[in-house]
Amino acid sequence: MPESMRYIQAVNAALTWALDSRDDTVYFGEDVAIPNGPFGATKGLHKRFGAGRIFDTPISETGFLGMALGAAMTGMRPIAEIMYADFAFVAMDQIVNQIANIRYSSGGRWKAPLVIRMQQGYSPGACAQHSHSPEAYFAHTPGLRLALPATADDAYQMLRTAVTVDDPVIVAEARMLYPIAGEVRTDVPVEPMGGARVLREGPDVTVVAWSRMVPAALEAAETLAAEGIRAEVIDLRWLNPLDFETVGASVSKTGRLVVAHEANLTGGFGAEIAARVADECFEDLRSPVARVAAPDVPMPAAPVLQQAVVPEAVHVADTVRRTVHW
Amino acid sequence: MDLPDTYRAMARIRRFEERLMALKESGEIPGSIHLCNGQEAIPVGACGVLREDDYVSATYRGHGWAIARGVGLAALFAEMMGRDSPISGGRAASPYLSDASRNFIGENSIVGAGVPIAAGAALTAKHRGHGAVSVVSIGDGAMNQGNVHEALNLAAVLDLPMVLVVENNVYSEMSRIEDMVRVHRLSERAAGYGIPGTVVDGNDVDAVTAAMAQAVGRAREGSGPSLVEAMTERLVGHYSGDAQQYRPAGEVAAAKEREPLARIRQAADAELTARLDTIEAEIAAEIDAAVTAARAIPFPDPATVTEHVHA
Ligand SMILES: Cc1ncc(C[n+]2csc(CCOP(=O)(O)OP(=O)(O)O)c2C)c(N)n1
Ligand SMILES: [Mg+2]
Repeated sequence: MPESMRYIQAVNAALTWALDSRDDTVYFGEDVAIPNGPFGATKGLHKRFGAGRIFDTPISETGFLGMALGAAMTGMRPIAEIMYADFAFVAMDQIVNQIANIRYSSGGRWKAPLVIRMQQGYSPGACAQHSHSPEAYFAHTPGLRLALPATADDAYQMLRTAVTVDDPVIVAEARMLYPIAGEVRTDVPVEPMGGARVLREGPDVTVVAWSRMVPAALEAAETLAAEGIRAEVIDLRWLNPLDFETVGASVSKTGRLVVAHEANLTGGFGAEIAARVADECFEDLRSPVARVAAPDVPMPAAPVLQQAVVPEAVHVADTVRRTVHW
Repeated sequence: MDLPDTYRAMARIRRFEERLMALKESGEIPGSIHLCNGQEAIPVGACGVLREDDYVSATYRGHGWAIARGVGLAALFAEMMGRDSPISGGRAASPYLSDASRNFIGENSIVGAGVPIAAGAALTAKHRGHGAVSVVSIGDGAMNQGNVHEALNLAAVLDLPMVLVVENNVYSEMSRIEDMVRVHRLSERAAGYGIPGTVVDGNDVDAVTAAMAQAVGRAREGSGPSLVEAMTERLVGHYSGDAQQYRPAGEVAAAKEREPLARIRQAADAELTARLDTIEAEIAAEIDAAVTAARAIPFPDPATVTEHVHA
């Protein structure tokens, strides 16, 4: 039976499941155990599983991500929490030079089955150091898996998948979506890793989005439908492994593509999708590929300035109109 | 500074923070705010021994440092209201503001990140050779950030004129210091860098002043960095939305008996009490005027949002 839960509660349910299913799973990060997590994701877990399974770390991101790697290499299945994705930059060496490399650089003799949970994106009034959407940095790094759940159900399913695979997986949640409720299928088997999802079918234009831009894309599609533009909306879900097949098939049908992400435009993952489409769907394209993204500025804190840079449903709709009427 | 002046300086910070919280509650402050209620003696004591050409860096809990450094109250309110303030133009808000005109290198909302930057300011000061120093404040929890370790050792081996002030309020967000470190005093770590470390009562503005005078004096004469650990307590939550369920019953009430303003009040005779009351009335008027002035500052023009990314 599906249960209705908020996104953040679905994370909690998945973590409960993870700690329940394997004794070698440990969870750590800042304020996650005794204080129940800065956003409540780990509520009740310390009480239920005890300090041997879930514990609070000092503010030492490099240290505890390295510790996650060492534990994973020697047989544990750690889940480490980075409170804001912005703080992952503090620990970039462990993520990029250590965690991502070890399997390959040992010729497959070591593995790093660990999960780094974080949450990303802007929120009203948050400064440049608490607003990053860093998925492109991680997607650029071979060796990492990267999940960006956009719904409560995916927050549950994708996190369960992440803890099950034998690769290091970054699960980057969307803070702005935490309060949003949805039906969560708590009774289904763990899903295989990867797979984009067509959330809405339409023959006129393909809109690819992930994270917070998924609800924005759906809202835009609804607006556009009233104008007679039938958009196909794809939630990319995993940037690694990338399900380009689903994107390519859709673009071959519609001949038009808009990619939407909150991250800055230049070098964003939208550029990768655009390049792949140019490469593999060239003959099918009927208009240029368009991107919806934040312009190349650090995130300002003042809401009037944020509104000038943060992409929303209206920007998706406008871009789709231009693409369709090109 | 004599007593009424230090009281005034600390009360200015306290009333600023209190008004800020009220503005947050009434919807005028968009982002999160981290208040320093109870910790005012530290920035006031420290900035009291500084020169105009010294550098100051703080954390997101840095409004008190900004104010003690002489950053305008209206500018601070305006920045936090998301207005086009003369200090950061609405780009930074509460946790990341700075004031280049006051050598206030600024706050930082990445824990520990300000310390290496402060070491850089100390490098400039040393290079110029005019005896300026770089003072940087962090919290107790920040002592566990690798950045801080690297910066302290750099400052030590380069004999940089830097003073690290560790405001030990015994919490990192919701976690207690005992669960985060195995040393009794964070200042003991100074020995590991070969620099002096002291611990002071951070709620006693005179004690802070004395410790800072010594550490800053040492830095000024070219003898290198020091660490000053100032013991203190937060009278409020970690941030504006913190319900503080993790704090034991009675802890905040007890802290209110020991905080820097209460302490001065407790020891005051009738005459001093009357003077302090007058100061409070003047501060209240100052804060009112600053809020009014802040509200008159417009919001930033969205057309300017892409300015200042590059030179
Ligand atoms: C690198 C980094 N990790 C985590 C955080 C989240 N965070 C913000 S404040 C804080 C606690 C800091 O405690 P302390 O250094 O004692 O300073 P206090 O807040 O008590 O003044 C944490 C963990 C952050 N801002 N930056
Ligand atoms: Mg602290």
